[in-house]
Amino acid sequence: MTPPTGITRVTLLKDLRLEWRSKDAINSMLFFSLLVVVVFSFSFDPSAEESRQIAGGLIWVAFLFAAVVALNQTWAREIRNQVLDAYRVSPAPANALFLAKTLGNFIFVSVLEALMTPLFIMFYRLRALGPAWQLIPVTALGTWALVVNGTFFAAMSLRTRSREIMLPLLLFPISIPALLAMVQATTAILSGENSARFWIVLLVTYDLVFTTMCLLLFETVLNAE
Amino acid sequence: MKKAFPILGVLTAILLSYALYQALVVAPTEQTMGNVQRIFYYHVPSAWTAFILFFVNFGASIVYLMTRKTAADIVALVTAEVGVVFCTVVLVTGPIWARPVWGIWWTWDMRLTSTLVLWLIYVSYLFLRRFSSGGQTPSLAAALAVLGALCVPFVYFSIWFFRTQHPQPVMGGGGSIDPRMLHALLINWLAFSCFAFLVCWSRYRLERLQRDVDQAHALQSLLDPRGSPR
Repeated sequence: MTPPTGITRVTLLKDLRLEWRSKDAINSMLFFSLLVVVVFSFSFDPSAEESRQIAGGLIWVAFLFAAVVALNQTWAREIRNQVLDAYRVSPAPANALFLAKTLGNFIFVSVLEALMTPLFIMFYRLRALGPAWQLIPVTALGTWALVVNGTFFAAMSLRTRSREIMLPLLLFPISIPALLAMVQATTAILSGENSARFWIVLLVTYDLVFTTMCLLLFETVLNAE
Repeated sequence: MKKAFPILGVLTAILLSYALYQALVVAPTEQTMGNVQRIFYYHVPSAWTAFILFFVNFGASIVYLMTRKTAADIVALVTAEVGVVFCTVVLVTGPIWARPVWGIWWTWDMRLTSTLVLWLIYVSYLFLRRFSSGGQTPSLAAALAVLGALCVPFVYFSIWFFRTQHPQPVMGGGGSIDPRMLHALLINWLAFSCFAFLVCWSRYRLERLQRDVDQAHALQSLLDPRGSPR
């Protein structure tokens, strides 16, 4: 029997290959967040000082909305041809599948962030006054928080009517603490006014708790009948 | 059990009227805020009742995940519904009080924001229950309830970093309160808890009957495919 790590790896590679060939998720996410950036810059028209204060919020709202686009597609792919049903009857552990999907989404959203960040810096004339290297752990932890809950709730909303509407309804309220932490940490680093340490610790704890709980509960969600 | 329900109903009615009398007549008028302060006897007990109901929802959801008992699922459903109602009362009475006292309807203070987020979480829970169909609803809802409840401390700590404008808690806050005010508050809390329990109970019976009826319909259409359920 294939060990769980093997199943995770195979599923992850399959998703990456599918995405590499179609580029559906990444293209739609990129275009979507580009739209958000443009629309926001019309509505605020900020100076460099103001944009430092609001950029944290803008960036994360753009990434959150864009991530929802990708998350909605995660499981839809497995519904066609009954792949998910096949997975459910197979003896493979549900967690391995969940982990693979989460890692896949993490990679997609990270690529999006890597591509969009220069654009943000350019459009909003950003320059960090605090320790800029801290943006890396904040981004990684924040993205993980979004993606782990997002993958979980996408699987959950798959079982409901009008699933595309359901995902943000479930994901956003639970993500509020993580979102607040990401936005505040980013603003703290960009403006250099106070330390982001509290928010980073909060994000680490949030990630640990929610990753554990999602892994524990995923089997219930996958096999809910 | 059948007799206990009307008895509890009458008891709750008496308690609620007594609590109303306590809050509006017996409790002294607050010196600086005046009569508008009396909304506090509804605001605070509603908040406590809502928190208790959400806590019961969390417990019932865990019980459901472990035992798969229908009763636990129904308890989780009704406590979330009634809890959202009480939480709405908190969110509505708060601004009514805040407008004359603070001069603003709303502020993004710690307690206000965390109560609002709590409300959002449980409304999304009710959405899930409404939008998912069939036998999978209980498991999905229970999973969401557990995650939602775990989210509460994070909500609290994250919003803790904002400056607090809300008056300090009455219990254990070290503030001084007239004993008659405290009495009115506690009586109101008792009355509200009884009322919440009564509503939950009647909602529980309704849900139970509804499920029995649905089951009977399903069974009938299985036994007699031509006949429509009467």
